[in-house]
Amino acid sequence: MTDFNPTILAFCCNWCSYAGADLAGVSRLQMPPNVHVVRVMCSASVKPEYVLKAISQGIDGVLVLGCHIGDCHYMTGNHRTAKRIPVVQKVLKEAGIDEKRLRLDWVSASEGEKFQTVITEFVNDVKKLGPSPMRSVRF
Amino acid sequence: MPRIGVFVCHCGHNIASAVNVEEVVKFASTLPGVVAAEHNLYSCSEEGLSSIRKSIEKNKLDRVVVAACTPRTHEPLFRKICELAGINRYLFEFVNIREHVSWIHAKEPKSATEKAKRLVAMGVAKASLLEPQQEAETSVIPTAVVIGGGVSGLTAAASLVSQGIDTHLFERGDKVGGMLQDIAVIGPEFAEARDLLDTFESELKRNKHAHIHTGSKITAVTGFVGNFEVTYDEKRRTHKLPAGAIIVATGAREFEPKGEYGFGSVPGVVTQLGLEKMLSTGKIPDRVAFIQCVGSRQPGREYCSRICCNASLKNALRILAAKPESTVSILHRDIMSYGTASERLYREASEKGVRFMRYSLDRPARIAQKGKSLVVEVFDETLDEFIDFGTDLVVLASPLVSQPDSRDVGKLLKVPLDKHGFFLEAHVKLRPVEFATDGVFICGSAKWPSSVSECISQGMAAAAKASIPIRRGKVVVEAITAWADPDKCAACGNCVASCPYEAIEIVMTAKGRAAKVNEAQCKGCGTCVAGCPNDAMQQRGFTTRQLSSMIDALVKHALEESS
Repeated sequence: MTDFNPTILAFCCNWCSYAGADLAGVSRLQMPPNVHVVRVMCSASVKPEYVLKAISQGIDGVLVLGCHIGDCHYMTGNHRTAKRIPVVQKVLKEAGIDEKRLRLDWVSASEGEKFQTVITEFVNDVKKLGPSPMRSVRF
Repeated sequence: MPRIGVFVCHCGHNIASAVNVEEVVKFASTLPGVVAAEHNLYSCSEEGLSSIRKSIEKNKLDRVVVAACTPRTHEPLFRKICELAGINRYLFEFVNIREHVSWIHAKEPKSATEKAKRLVAMGVAKASLLEPQQEAETSVIPTAVVIGGGVSGLTAAASLVSQGIDTHLFERGDKVGGMLQDIAVIGPEFAEARDLLDTFESELKRNKHAHIHTGSKITAVTGFVGNFEVTYDEKRRTHKLPAGAIIVATGAREFEPKGEYGFGSVPGVVTQLGLEKMLSTGKIPDRVAFIQCVGSRQPGREYCSRICCNASLKNALRILAAKPESTVSILHRDIMSYGTASERLYREASEKGVRFMRYSLDRPARIAQKGKSLVVEVFDETLDEFIDFGTDLVVLASPLVSQPDSRDVGKLLKVPLDKHGFFLEAHVKLRPVEFATDGVFICGSAKWPSSVSECISQGMAAAAKASIPIRRGKVVVEAITAWADPDKCAACGNCVASCPYEAIEIVMTAKGRAAKVNEAQCKGCGTCVAGCPNDAMQQRGFTTRQLSSMIDALVKHALEESS
């Protein structure tokens, strides 16, 4: 499956990771075009349902990116994200879906290069996993 | 059915070089609800904005989608146009196809165009579900904070206090003045640095609104524009200060070119600040050689430090003024004497006999000790041959580099820096001296190496911008607050527990016990939305239906269309 082109959804918080993504753009850092960023105000506002919805409908991977712990614009929002996302990963695993299809990471507003690294790594990881098994049984 | 207009921006070549804009427009016109799809060379230009406005009026649009750059800089502009055209400013959705597409997929025009289409489809899906919103207002604490007591910070503070605004200036050293304390004369006008500092100090000293905190350190900053809380240590005690606006003026420092051209081991090899020190003690050398771009414009530190050429020209002329028989040479890789006043210095230096020699990065000069003096050997690019000459002093014009702890300051205020540790303003042309975070401003060499006059003008600009919310006394809060649907709410209290601002309580409503959001306290993070098991909690502008529709659009256009 060398020509598999995964479709990936990324939730980026407005204050850190979305700004980090913007910085990657301003710095002209090149990365694979598989990731579609949805801006949310805080990573803690990402409902587990969004992830489950995306995965169940055949999206190959979901990224949730927030501010580093201690840097959250809303003080402790990302603490919740840090607790919530591993639970969603567990749910995915229970359902027989590789939990690596969901990744949580922290990208600050100044980490354009880290954004590039995370995107590139995740696209490669999802490529290795192959197309989502939900693609054929979407509901 | 909504009437959506999609406007795709070329941004000159910035977007159009990678994304086929016409194709995206054609695609957008097929999306449900879209009644107008157009493109602009620059959507944010006067012309672009007025064409969007005309289209809203002509096509009776009630939703606007602009696919261009980042909402972090341009959203207010387009929202305003919506408002001017008579539709609520929250019926606008931004799609980022520059920072998130064309700039990062520059060499893949086909994939970039496809991705742009999908992002536009997602934006249109969300836009069709947008609802008009009303903004709330909050009060502003009439106090400003300036971080850094160099020339930029002093200017900003002096400007603020002259407007009658209570200003707290924090300096970690025991004296204000910053780098100016080590410089005697400021180019290109040859003004006395001490005079300038004295003016600032006396202005600040006699103004009751000025509070100077030397030997202080800021340890935490919380809050938002108008309502920050700054925690700082001073005299071994921790204090808290409420403030409405914050200006970052932390400056830069001279790069220490350890080991380069014998710096640190060969006597007579100094930096620009070393020379300043010598000159201020009255020691004027007979023979001086300046070497420009030591440690800058090279791999790893690619930027031009901008001020070093002018500093060398200034000091060359100072030396010649004090001792006209001195021999001054300047080894450069390009003389960047930008600005008319500095260009005059360059001409004057040439006329007074300063020898300019051009060298290249791959053939740097060599310095050898010969008795008490030094010998410089350099390959002159213009003469195309090696030349050597004796000198008493070699001055290395090294660049300004960011403060070693600038990243900590960035973290404290949650503002971005570039890879060299300089702060990044929201937009160099559209929002100079502002950060993307409202209420936080930036000036001087903390942003990039700046001359004293630039530091002064930027300090004044930052003060002017910071005084806007303070003078107005109120700021408009973006309508992105949360609300609870009493029909769905089971009063479980998950949202109450998850809110970082204690903005939610369970109250008795006509429909029984339900959560209620105190809008004045809600900051719009949406944490409660994700914690609600009944989908009762919603955030304005980010409702679960809106975000779900974006996922649906991505699924539709990425998986269904291609398979």
